[in-house]
Amino acid sequence: MATTRHRRLMRGGLALLAALWAASPHAAQRAPLPAPAGATACSGCHAPAGNGPVPGLAGRPAAEIADAMAAFRNGERPATVMDRIAKGFSDEEARAIAEWIAAGP
Amino acid sequence: MAGLATGAAALAAPRVLAQAPPHVAVVGGGFAGASAARALKRQGADIRVTLVEPKARYTACPFSNAVLAGLRDLDAQYFGYDGMKRDGIDVVAASATAIDAEARRLRLDDGSGLAFDRLILAPGIDLMLDAIPGYGASGAEVMPHAWQAGEQTALLRRQLEAMDDGGLVVIAAPANPFRCPPGPYERASLVAHYLKAHKPRSKLLILDAKDSFSKQRLFEEAWEQLYPGLIEWVSLSFGGRVTEVDAATKTLTTEFGSHQAAVANVIPPQRAGAIAAAAGVADRTGWCPIDSVTFESRLRPGIHVIGDAAIAGAMPKSAFSANAQAKACAAAVATLLAGGQPAAPKLINTCYSLAAPDYGISIAGVYEPREGLLAEVAGAGGVSPLDASADVRASEAAYAEAWFDTITGEVFG
Ligand SMILES: Cc1cc2nc3c(=O)[nH]c(=O)nc-3n(C[C@H](O)[C@H](O)[C@H](O)COP(=O)(O)OP(=O)(O)OC[C@H]3O[C@@H](n4cnc5c(N)ncnc54)[C@H](O)[C@@H]3O)c2cc1C
Repeated sequence: MATTRHRRLMRGGLALLAALWAASPHAAQRAPLPAPAGATACSGCHAPAGNGPVPGLAGRPAAEIADAMAAFRNGERPATVMDRIAKGFSDEEARAIAEWIAAGP
Repeated sequence: MAGLATGAAALAAPRVLAQAPPHVAVVGGGFAGASAARALKRQGADIRVTLVEPKARYTACPFSNAVLAGLRDLDAQYFGYDGMKRDGIDVVAASATAIDAEARRLRLDDGSGLAFDRLILAPGIDLMLDAIPGYGASGAEVMPHAWQAGEQTALLRRQLEAMDDGGLVVIAAPANPFRCPPGPYERASLVAHYLKAHKPRSKLLILDAKDSFSKQRLFEEAWEQLYPGLIEWVSLSFGGRVTEVDAATKTLTTEFGSHQAAVANVIPPQRAGAIAAAAGVADRTGWCPIDSVTFESRLRPGIHVIGDAAIAGAMPKSAFSANAQAKACAAAVATLLAGGQPAAPKLINTCYSLAAPDYGISIAGVYEPREGLLAEVAGAGGVSPLDASADVRASEAAYAEAWFDTITGEVFG
């Protein structure tokens, strides 16, 4: 589990961060620093493992999250609020958020 | 008071010698402060965090309108601080009475002091009970505001239950800015839901100090569908502003006349929690101007202000905003303590309201710093569609409940 996480971090060009993170005694509950703009707001609705009708994001690959954001933004994927929220983020911003979430615990 | 002892020791021994981690004091354990304390502890940097909050348990306002309507127990609104303690946060059960930004010290109501490297101030709101002639603290015991959840919520609920069928319920709503812009209208909806089922001859009157309100067309559509003829909204221009009340007779006076209520809910004007003015971080508006990247006070460096107390530009005063601001502020504070330059954040708000238990509507927004203020990102955000199906409304009601469960779990769980 930990090694997969590390590989994802390295892929994101965050090797140093991964090393720091691994060294932290409470690595399990900590997300890597620094979070890209907007990333920490997601957990206001999305519990790591989901909650009732709201899906969790933990363990999802970055590409899946970034694709979903794009589909919400261009209206391909129906939504109640994610369509309105996704329009506030560019492709690059959404990808950075997706990579940060995918690298998290 | 272990936190105080260590705080005093940290002041006596310079940090460089002691190799102690930096210390952040958080004042106020609501959605804003509790989120910030947790986020600081969880983001990895070695920071000592003290949370100063006088109450042993927090009473959440979101979903307290459902308590008023008898749809939910007040017990479901209570949250404790054990989760904070488990995270290694020092929880001090006291009120901050003074903050010296220059000396980086705060004073508590037990007379002791606490030193900090940076302070996050999240005291929520103060209700200006004396702003409406005739109201005041004693008026609030008769015509409850229920705008800080707890005993006031229970009191208003008891009054609604005791009211005879055919009674007039009056909600007096304040001018902007105030805590939870859609809140008075969600309250009107859920009280109407209760009246329709239990006291169908009753009426609900909203006396408003403004000419428009959040999610207005959605609420009006819902009222038309769900409670036809039950709710009447009187805008500012049509004499909605309450200029005086008489608690003894539950009479509310406006520029155009007066209304005698069976149950009156008076929501007075608000300002940042009193400690903000005492600390010198509130301006003449009563709220706290902040840097839109770091949430640091524009008036007192070293103090960051988040949540309802802050002037957060276009962001509404909501628990969702408070939580999002707290996490962005915590990241900025950690970066500043490490000698770095905080990056511009992006923030999200999503506020659900219930027009009925199975009828949810929402407003969402994405925000970023622009010309020194948190401004809405153009093209994003907005409200639920008008004319949506019952399925859409039901799913938003389910999302609302999931949101409350998730956020209270993240903050207090
Ligand atoms: C009826 C109603 C419905 C609402 N519904 C929603 C909703 O559906 N969604 C939503 O997002 N928001 C909602 N809100 C808004 C939400 O409750 C507030 O925006 C939120 O509570 C703000 O959080 P805060 O931490 O800034 O303030 P608070 O929650 O008020 O917390 C402030 C804390 O600071 C403490 N404090 C104050 N002074 C001091 C001091 N000197 N020293 C130490 N501690 C101090 C207080 O004891 C308190 O615990 C609603 C509000 C109401 C009234």
